[in-house]
Amino acid sequence: METRSQWGTRAGFVLAALGSAVGLGNIWRFPAEAYGNGGGAFFVPYLLALLTAGIPILIMEFTMGHKYRGSAPLTYRRINKKTEFVGWWGVMVAFVISTYYSVIVAWAMSYAVFSFNLSWGEDTEAFLITDYLNRTVDPGQAGSFVPSVLIPLILVWIIVLFILFRGVKKGIEMANRIFIPTLIVIFLIIVIRAVTLPGAIDGLEAFFKPDFSSIADPDVWVAAYGQIFFSMSIAFAIMITYSSYLPRKTDITNNAFIVGFGNSSFELLAGIGVFGMLGYMASQSGAAIDEVVEGGVGLAFVVFPAIINMFPALNGLFGFLFFVSLFLAGLTSLMSISETYIAGLSDKFNISRSKAVLFGGGLAAVVSLIFATQGGMFFLDAADYFINQFGVAMLGLVEVVLMAWILRKLRDFRTHADNISDIRLGWWWNVSLTIITPLVLGYMMYQLLVQNLTKQFDTPTGNYEGYSDAFIMFGGWSVAIGALIIGIVMALTKWYKTEAKADDTSKEAK
Amino acid sequence: MMSGSAIVVMIFGMVVIWGGLGASIAYAVKKAKERN
Repeated sequence: METRSQWGTRAGFVLAALGSAVGLGNIWRFPAEAYGNGGGAFFVPYLLALLTAGIPILIMEFTMGHKYRGSAPLTYRRINKKTEFVGWWGVMVAFVISTYYSVIVAWAMSYAVFSFNLSWGEDTEAFLITDYLNRTVDPGQAGSFVPSVLIPLILVWIIVLFILFRGVKKGIEMANRIFIPTLIVIFLIIVIRAVTLPGAIDGLEAFFKPDFSSIADPDVWVAAYGQIFFSMSIAFAIMITYSSYLPRKTDITNNAFIVGFGNSSFELLAGIGVFGMLGYMASQSGAAIDEVVEGGVGLAFVVFPAIINMFPALNGLFGFLFFVSLFLAGLTSLMSISETYIAGLSDKFNISRSKAVLFGGGLAAVVSLIFATQGGMFFLDAADYFINQFGVAMLGLVEVVLMAWILRKLRDFRTHADNISDIRLGWWWNVSLTIITPLVLGYMMYQLLVQNLTKQFDTPTGNYEGYSDAFIMFGGWSVAIGALIIGIVMALTKWYKTEAKADDTSKEAK
Repeated sequence: MMSGSAIVVMIFGMVVIWGGLGASIAYAVKKAKERN
């Protein structure tokens, strides 16, 4: 008997998957990554990474979720009982990410309100660090709660949990049907305005001008695969969970192409918009482009408010539109991240969706409060770096090696995908997952481990961002390793779900 | 002014990425119409 929730339409699923993939990283990570790694030449490794890692992994995860019809832990359990911990590891990584991602979404919400009267003033960095985040403690110290972060954070969780509470079709799908088109329209308005600003052409020249010599640099390839990897919501349970809600008859392969190209389309759009604005900023301040280029939190919450200040007209409106787009991109991703543990808890403990939302989402909301303190930004920074590098990327490597080399499931997956998809998978899919992706991710992992364990960062302590050993251990390594340990513990606990409730693959489960 | 190489790369990126999205959607629509 089929009891699992389902998407109402194919478009609903595609929009939800796209909403998950298109997040903050598309807007603030891609433009700076491309600029710092060969400019226009970056598109060569980037497109190859999309076709040999991003889309192949997406097809594999869509197939896993669709074939085994369960949350990530249940899917992995049905593939092989011994691999259930990998599913829970992914869920725990998603749990950690949701706790700090929600805080950044809350910042975007605050800044959308600040835009109306340009509350950030002239010194946008001082406003963010001192006035808004009230960061007056050292790394590792929490200090007291910051109400200006705490209140929007509570609002963000109320919105997310309300949407998740309403279910897959009436909640996630309906929200994405509204939010994603809205996000695209708003972002198009921003991009059109950006490229019509004086100096925008210089920004676009800096963004697209190719330095083809950079293609010979292995680090550029690692950066391109990393960008694809971190921006597509792959490897940490999301796409497996979302595809488990697909109806039996659906086109897995083309859905993956639409989501993969859709995600990159938004990144390209973001790159044009961001560099159009940076070109304008450089022309207004008399600086060179490379002096104003920044990525991450600094781009969104320091550089952009400064650019908005310089706008010739309608400053408040464009500030509001930018931060609303950031808020929507973050919110749709946060919904998908949170859905992983809601589905996992519901499957494992045979509890209703409402209880899973209340318990899983409630716990994530409580844990997220640590990032709404005076020292929250330090915790956020360390957790984000370590959970992405040694959670998401490591999981991706484990997942691909497990499926391609240890369990040798690719042939099964390919048959399943081909049986229901209009596009048939070719040899490129197997080669991508068997050779290319493990090699690139393996090299990336090796580099990261060496850099972090032998303290090769160009900082006073040699650690990431110059943090102390104690803080790196407590705020970084323990978070990443803790996700794996809790994942193993969860896999060892008893299942309360009767396997009969699953679909025809239940025979494989036990 | 944008250099020739930057313009070529920009157009290449747009054609491949946005074209890839457009082609994937068009193919899905075509197949859906065929089934109906």
